[in-house]
Amino acid sequence: MATAVLESSERETYLNREYGIKSWLLTVDHKRIALLYLIGITLFFFIGGFFALLIRLELLTPAGDLVQADTYNKLFTMHGQVMVFFFLIPAVPAVLGNFLIPIMIGARDLAFPRINLLSWYLYMGGGVLMLYTILNGGVDTGWTFYTPLSTEFLKTNVVTAALAVFVAGFSSILTGLNFIVTTHRMRAPGMTWNRLPLFVWAHYATSLIQILGTPVLAITLVLVALERVFHLGIFNPSLGGDPLLFQHLFWFYSHPAVYIMILPGMGIVSEIVCCFARKRIFGYKAMAMALLGIAVVGFLVWAHHMFVAGISLYAAMIFSLLSYFVAVPSAIKVFNWTATMYKGSITYQTPMLYAFGFVGLFTIGGLTGLFLAALGIDVHVTDTYFVVAHFHYIMVGGMVMAYLGGMHFWWPKISGRMYPEGWGRLAALLVFVGFNLTFFPQFVLGYMGMPRRYWDYSHMPEFQILNVLSTAGATVLAVGYLLPMIYFLWSMRYGKPAPANPWNAAGLEWTIPSPPTTFNFDEQPVVTWEAYNYDEIKEEVPVAN
Amino acid sequence: MANNVDALFIFLIVVSGLMVVSIFTMVIFFAVRYRRQPGRRAQQIDGSHALEITWSIIPFCVFMVFFIWGALIYFRERTPPADSTEVYTVAKQWMWKFEHMEGQREINELHVPTGRDVKMIMTSQDVIHSFFIPAFRIKQDVLPGRYTVAWFRATKPGTYHLFCAEYCGTMHSGMVGDVVVMEPKDYEAWMGGGGNQPLALTGEKLFSELGCVTCHRTDTQGRGPNLVGIFGKPVLLEDGRTITADENYVRESILQPAAKIVNGYKPIMPTFQGQISDEQLNALVAYVKSLSQQPSGPAKNVAAASPQP
Amino acid sequence: MPTSPAATVQGEAHENPALLHHFATAEQQKDAASLGMWIFLVTEVMFFGGMFCAYLVYRYWYFGDFAAGSSSISLTLGTINTAVLICSSLTVAMAVRCAQVGKQKAIVVCLILTIILGLAFLGIKGVEYYQKFAENHIPGQASFHLDGHVPRHPDIPVNQRHAQIYFSLYFAMTGMHALHMIIGVGLFMYLMYKAWKGVYGPDYYTPLENGGLYWHFVDIVWIYLFPLLYLIDRHP
Repeated sequence: MATAVLESSERETYLNREYGIKSWLLTVDHKRIALLYLIGITLFFFIGGFFALLIRLELLTPAGDLVQADTYNKLFTMHGQVMVFFFLIPAVPAVLGNFLIPIMIGARDLAFPRINLLSWYLYMGGGVLMLYTILNGGVDTGWTFYTPLSTEFLKTNVVTAALAVFVAGFSSILTGLNFIVTTHRMRAPGMTWNRLPLFVWAHYATSLIQILGTPVLAITLVLVALERVFHLGIFNPSLGGDPLLFQHLFWFYSHPAVYIMILPGMGIVSEIVCCFARKRIFGYKAMAMALLGIAVVGFLVWAHHMFVAGISLYAAMIFSLLSYFVAVPSAIKVFNWTATMYKGSITYQTPMLYAFGFVGLFTIGGLTGLFLAALGIDVHVTDTYFVVAHFHYIMVGGMVMAYLGGMHFWWPKISGRMYPEGWGRLAALLVFVGFNLTFFPQFVLGYMGMPRRYWDYSHMPEFQILNVLSTAGATVLAVGYLLPMIYFLWSMRYGKPAPANPWNAAGLEWTIPSPPTTFNFDEQPVVTWEAYNYDEIKEEVPVAN
Repeated sequence: MANNVDALFIFLIVVSGLMVVSIFTMVIFFAVRYRRQPGRRAQQIDGSHALEITWSIIPFCVFMVFFIWGALIYFRERTPPADSTEVYTVAKQWMWKFEHMEGQREINELHVPTGRDVKMIMTSQDVIHSFFIPAFRIKQDVLPGRYTVAWFRATKPGTYHLFCAEYCGTMHSGMVGDVVVMEPKDYEAWMGGGGNQPLALTGEKLFSELGCVTCHRTDTQGRGPNLVGIFGKPVLLEDGRTITADENYVRESILQPAAKIVNGYKPIMPTFQGQISDEQLNALVAYVKSLSQQPSGPAKNVAAASPQP
Repeated sequence: MPTSPAATVQGEAHENPALLHHFATAEQQKDAASLGMWIFLVTEVMFFGGMFCAYLVYRYWYFGDFAAGSSSISLTLGTINTAVLICSSLTVAMAVRCAQVGKQKAIVVCLILTIILGLAFLGIKGVEYYQKFAENHIPGQASFHLDGHVPRHPDIPVNQRHAQIYFSLYFAMTGMHALHMIIGVGLFMYLMYKAWKGVYGPDYYTPLENGGLYWHFVDIVWIYLFPLLYLIDRHP
C-alpha cells in the first residue's frame, strides 16, 4: 500500500488545524487531549524517577548517609504515589487509549469529549496538589497510607496528598466511564464486539475496574482526611476504630488498581505482536475473555496484601485460593502471545523488542506472584524486597515496557514522524538490561530478609553488594528512559515523515493519514473484516526505515 | 519450620524456572526460526480450544499444589502449640520491649533456648509494627489495641536478626534487634541472674491493687465471674454467643467491660481504659492465664489470638 | 451511492441544534448520555458503599452504642426530611413528564418546586446539625458526651468512644449526602434556566431525564440512610 507521503504541513491535521494556547486548553479533540496528558504523564514519570534515583543512591551504602531518615521516608512515599497515581494508572488509557480508541472503532471522538477534557483538568489539578505536597515538605505515610500512622502520628502533608490522589481518582473514573459508553455506543457499522482490536477490549476491561474500584479509594481517602482534621476514630484503635478496616477498604481498590495498570499494556502487546509476526492473534476469544476474567476475579483477592496483618486464618486461605484463580487468565495470555509468534513472519523493530521484553518480564513477575500467593512463603517475604521486586517486574518490566512499545508503535500516527530506529533499539536494550540488573537482585535481598522502606541497613551490611548491583542497574535504566525522551522530541522536527501505515498493520487507525485530521474519518467506515486480518494484507513490515 | 518454607520456595523456583526457561526458549526460538524470510508468509492460525483448555487446566492443577502446600505451612505457623513458652511483647516507635514469664525484661534483644516452642504475645503502643525474624521464616504484624501472636522453635544456637517489617515512621529502619538463641543450660544461667518477679505474680499483685479481687472472687459470692480455670475455655455471653476466653478477650474485658458480658452477670465492671499501661495489661493477662494452668496435666487448648474480621 | 454518514450528520445538525458533532444520530446521543449517567450512578453506589461498609462493621460490633446515638437524633425531623425528599423526586419526575408532553412552562414550575424542596431538606439538616452541636455530640471534640445508657439496658452506660464512631459515620454519611444534594440543587438551577429558555421539549429532554436520575439516586441513598441512622433499635 505505497502511499504518497504528504508533508503534514501541506494538509490539515489535528495538530495544525488551530494554533494558540486556547485551542489546546479548551480542545475537545480526543487526540489533543491525549497529547495534553502526555505532557503531564512524562513530567510525573521523571519526577517519580528522580525520587527513585535518590532512593537507590542512598541504598548504595548501608548507613543512612545521603539524606535523613525522614527525607528518605518521604522519597519512597512520593515515589510510590507519583508513579502509581500520576503515571501508571493514567499513562496508557489517557494517552494511547484516548488517542486510539475512537479511531480503532471508527468513531469521530469519544462519547463525551467535554468530560474527557474535564478528566484532564482533574488529572492536572490532582497533579498540582501533588506538586504542592512535594514542595511544601513532602509526605511520608508510605503510598499505602496505613492508619493510625497516617491519621494520628505524622506531621507531614497527609491531607493534601490524600486530596491529590482523590482528585486524580476522579479523572480515572471519568475516563473509564467515557471508554465504556464509547465502546458500547460509538462503534462504526460492522464493528461488532468480536471484531474489536484487543487494545479496545483491554481498555474496556480496565474501565470496568476504574468505575467500580476507584470510588472506594476515594471515600477511604476522604475518611482518612476527615479523621486527621477532626480527630475522628474510624480507623484509630485508641479511639475505638479498626486499622484493619482501613486496610480492607484501601486494598479493595488498590489490588484491582494493579490490573488497571497492566491490562492496557496487555492490549498494546497484542497489537504489536500481531503486526510484527504478521498474524492474527492466537485465540482471540480466549484473549478477550481472559481480559474480562482478570478484571472480575481481580476484585476478589484484595486481602492477599494482608496475610500477616491479623486477619483470620480461614479468610487468608480463601484469599490465597482466589489469588491462584486470577493467575490462570494471565498465564493463558502469555501462552497465546507465544503461540501467535509460532509460524509467524517476525521482524525486530523497536515496538516488537519491547513486546518481547514484556512477555519475558511479565512472565517472571507473574510467576513471583505465585510465590506470594502461597501463604507459607508470603509470611516470610511480604514487606521485604521480594515484593518490591515482584511488583516492579510487572509494573516496570511489564507495563512501562508496554507503554514504550506502544509509544514507538503509534508515534508515527500521533506525530506524523518516524523515530530513529537504531536509537529505538538501543534504548530498548538498555531498558531491558538495566531493568533486570536493578530488580533481579531484589528478589534475593528479599528472601534474605531485607525489609522494605528501610533507610539504613547498617545492622545488615551483608545486604550491600546486592544493593550496589541494583543501583548500578538503575543508572542504566535511567539512560534507557532518557533516550526516547530526547529522540521523540528530535523526531518532531527532524524525523522522517511517516506514511499512513508505516508498519502495514491491520486496524482502522492505519487507514487514515499520519497525523490524522481532527474528525478522524472523512466518511464513517463500514467494517466487513475480522480483527488482525493479516492474511488479507499484502505487504510485510517495511524493513528499511 | 524454616525448612518447610524453604522446601516450598525451592519447589516454586524449580517450577517457575522451568516455566521461564520454556517461555524464553520458545519465544527466542520462534523469533529466530520464524523471522521474516523472503517468499514465506505467516501462517494464520485462529486458535485451538484443546490447547486453551490444556494450558488452563495444567497450570491450575500446579497452582493448587502451591496453594495447598502453602496453606499447610501457614496453618502450622498460625497455630502455636499448647504449652509454648510465652513472651509478652510491646512494640513502640521505635523499639521492641519483651517480658518473659519469669519477669526478665529485654529491649531489642530476645533470649530464647533451643528446642523450646516460644509464643510471642504482642501488642503495639502506637502504630502498626511487624515482628520479623528472617532466619525463622516468621512474620506477624503487631497492632495497637489488640494482641497478635507468632511462634517459633529455634534449633541452632546463634544470634539472628529481628526486624520491624511494617513501616512505622522515622526510625522504622532502626527498629531492629537480635534474637539470641542459647543452649538450654546457658539459657537457664542467663535467666537465673537478677531476681525478677514472674510476670504472673506482677499480675496477681495488680489484680489486688486495682480492686479486681473485690468482685472476681473465687467463691460464688462475687459480683463478677470467678476467673479460675476460665482461660482457654468457652464462655457463654448474655446475648447468647459463646466465645473462647483468649488473650484478646481478657484484654478487652479489662478495657471495654461492657463489650462482652458473661451470662448471668450485670454490666457493672468499670473500665480501666487509659489507667493501665500495656505492660500492666500483659501482667494481668498472664495472671488470669496462670489461674487455668495445672502443674501437671493435659495441655490446654490455648487459642491463638482471635482477630476481628 | 447512498447518502454518506457525514452528509447525514450535517443534515440532521440543521434540524437538531442539540446534536453534537461526533454523534451520527440524536438517538445515539441520547443512548450514550443515558448509559453514561447510569454508569456514573454505579460509581456513586461504590462511593457511598465504602461508608456503608464501615457503618455495617461498626454497627455489628457496637450495636448498643449505635442505638444510643440513633436515639439522640431527631426522628421527627428525619421523617419530615424523608417526606420532603420523596416529594422532590416526584416533582422532578413531573418535570420530565411535562417535557415529554410539551408543557414547557410547567417544566420550570416543577423544577422550582424541586429546588425549594431540596433547599428545605438542607435547611432541616442544618437544624439537625446545630442540635448535635448544641448537645455536644460532635465527634472528635473534647466536649463530646453522649449521656445515658444503651437503649433497653439501663445498667449499661454508653461507651463514649464507640458513640463517637456512630456520630463520625452519621456526619460523614449525611454530610456526603448533603453535598450531593447541594450539587443537585445547583444542577437543577442550571436546568431550570435552560428550560425557561425553551430548550427542552418532546424531542429533547435528555438532560432533564439524566438530572432526574441523579436526583432519584440521591433520594435512594437517603432511603437507606434514614433507617440505618435514625431507626436503630427504636421502640415505642
